[in-house]
Amino acid sequence: MARNVTPQRKAINTVIAWAAGLLIFFPILWTILTSFKTEAQAISSPPVFLFFDWTLENYAVVQERSNYMRFLWNSVIIAGGSTVLGVLIAIPAAWSMAFVPSRRTKDILMWMLSTKMLPAVGVLYPIYLICIELGILDSRAALVVVLMLINLPIIVWMLYTYFKEIPGEILEAARMDGASLKAEILYVLTPMAVPGIASTMLLNFILAWNEAFWTLNLTAAKAAPLTAFIASYSSPEGLFYAKLSAASTMAIAPILILGWFSQKQLVRGLTFGAVK
Amino acid sequence: MATQHSRSAARLMMAPAVILLLGWMLVPLVMTLWFSFREYLPLRGGDMGFVGLENYIRFVTSSAFWPSVQTTLVLVGGVLLITTIFGILLALLLDQPMWGQGIVRILVIAPFFVMPTVTALVWKNMFMDPVNGLFAHIWKFFGAQPVEWLSQWSLFSIIIIVAWQWLPFATLILLTAIQSLDSEQLEAAEMDGAPPLKRFAYIILPHLSRALTVVVLIQTIFLLSIFAEIFVTTQGSFGTRTLTYLIYQRVLESQNVGLGSAGGIYAVILANIVAIFLMRIVGKNLDA
Repeated sequence: MARNVTPQRKAINTVIAWAAGLLIFFPILWTILTSFKTEAQAISSPPVFLFFDWTLENYAVVQERSNYMRFLWNSVIIAGGSTVLGVLIAIPAAWSMAFVPSRRTKDILMWMLSTKMLPAVGVLYPIYLICIELGILDSRAALVVVLMLINLPIIVWMLYTYFKEIPGEILEAARMDGASLKAEILYVLTPMAVPGIASTMLLNFILAWNEAFWTLNLTAAKAAPLTAFIASYSSPEGLFYAKLSAASTMAIAPILILGWFSQKQLVRGLTFGAVK
Repeated sequence: MATQHSRSAARLMMAPAVILLLGWMLVPLVMTLWFSFREYLPLRGGDMGFVGLENYIRFVTSSAFWPSVQTTLVLVGGVLLITTIFGILLALLLDQPMWGQGIVRILVIAPFFVMPTVTALVWKNMFMDPVNGLFAHIWKFFGAQPVEWLSQWSLFSIIIIVAWQWLPFATLILLTAIQSLDSEQLEAAEMDGAPPLKRFAYIILPHLSRALTVVVLIQTIFLLSIFAEIFVTTQGSFGTRTLTYLIYQRVLESQNVGLGSAGGIYAVILANIVAIFLMRIVGKNLDA
């Protein structure tokens, strides 16, 4: 229900809210702006805000010197791979919990969530050791599996809440008409659940893209995704603000855009349905 | 209505997810538990046998332990305080009628989507650098001596960085909760002459209590394992070594796996205590 307010009141709200929004967004804006400056302008005193010689040079330099595309590709493979793998494993599980619930369904769901709360640092060495033994340290495969396992509880949980919203009668009708279990899932459930599955994949892609404990600790030169690439700027050489900004802008731009689409799913996915 | 056939099919379809997560939870945890009872230095002699509870005792009696607990508590508490207070204010603000609400919402949420290493490095270099950072310019403009943020006010600086990252999360969840509030109740209170502060304290805040609890618990779980923000800024120096970072240093930097694993078990216990409370709320909601 829309509340009636005076135009003056609305104008004041607008000014305060925009000021607060821009203040919070400012570090991102500043990073984007700096990425178009020359290194000298990036550290000029007093700082220049908009009136500088806009240049794309930093983006070219970042790609040239460090082969940025390789890290980007690693990020895409790791985030995408872990999401797809996770969804493939989670769909059947979420299906059975949503449509064939048993006394233990709730306990299983809760237990799955509890694995998400295991502090990563507590199992860092075992995972590290397993990766060495299997010869997959610093490989994309290891990170795909690890990030899939980290996010699997959230994927199952989100899919479960989406599947719950699909009326079970439709599936039963399909069963009555003689559809096999496979046909039921593939041709009846999945098409109806596509929006939910897409939202789940979107949020989990974002979470995997930004994950920065395992990606920092399990990769070196070969499989490093963007999180690790950016971290390499923590021991800088010479002037680097503009280049850091360009690299950062490229690393966050795709996710900012995807994030814009996933605002609503964010609440559902990260509070496990505790806030609606 | 589920038939016997569909029940067994359901169990079969749940199996991959359950088995994988069971393995993911048990195998590393049992290994950590095993290492925690052993003197294990991979680079200096390897596994040198069973030492009982010695690692557990050494971990808590080392001079680094209590400061790290304190740092962890200050970090988590500070971030929670900032994000909940400003989260409530922002949620109330965003709930008001205004022009361009959708855009403001995106501006506020954006920091949550920035990867932690970018967040930390941008703040460290472009804002908190004592020579070229934006804060230094502002300080100089007012004739003040620029602050060396990450060495003088190190923990405070990290609290700011992490709070900036998590403020959108708190705001978004609290906003969702505020929007589910029945506005007639508020209007009735307004007509009865309740001033805004009272309306907030007696209607809005009680309504938000569950969302606030969820925000606090979920953030606590994530904040207890903050890593990248410290890794790329101070590397745990200047009093910013949290429990998580201390364990990381024991395990990977000094390669004292036994000692680090004992610390890891402490961290698991700590996280579980928080998790129990969160699970209760989630579980209650599942029944509803």
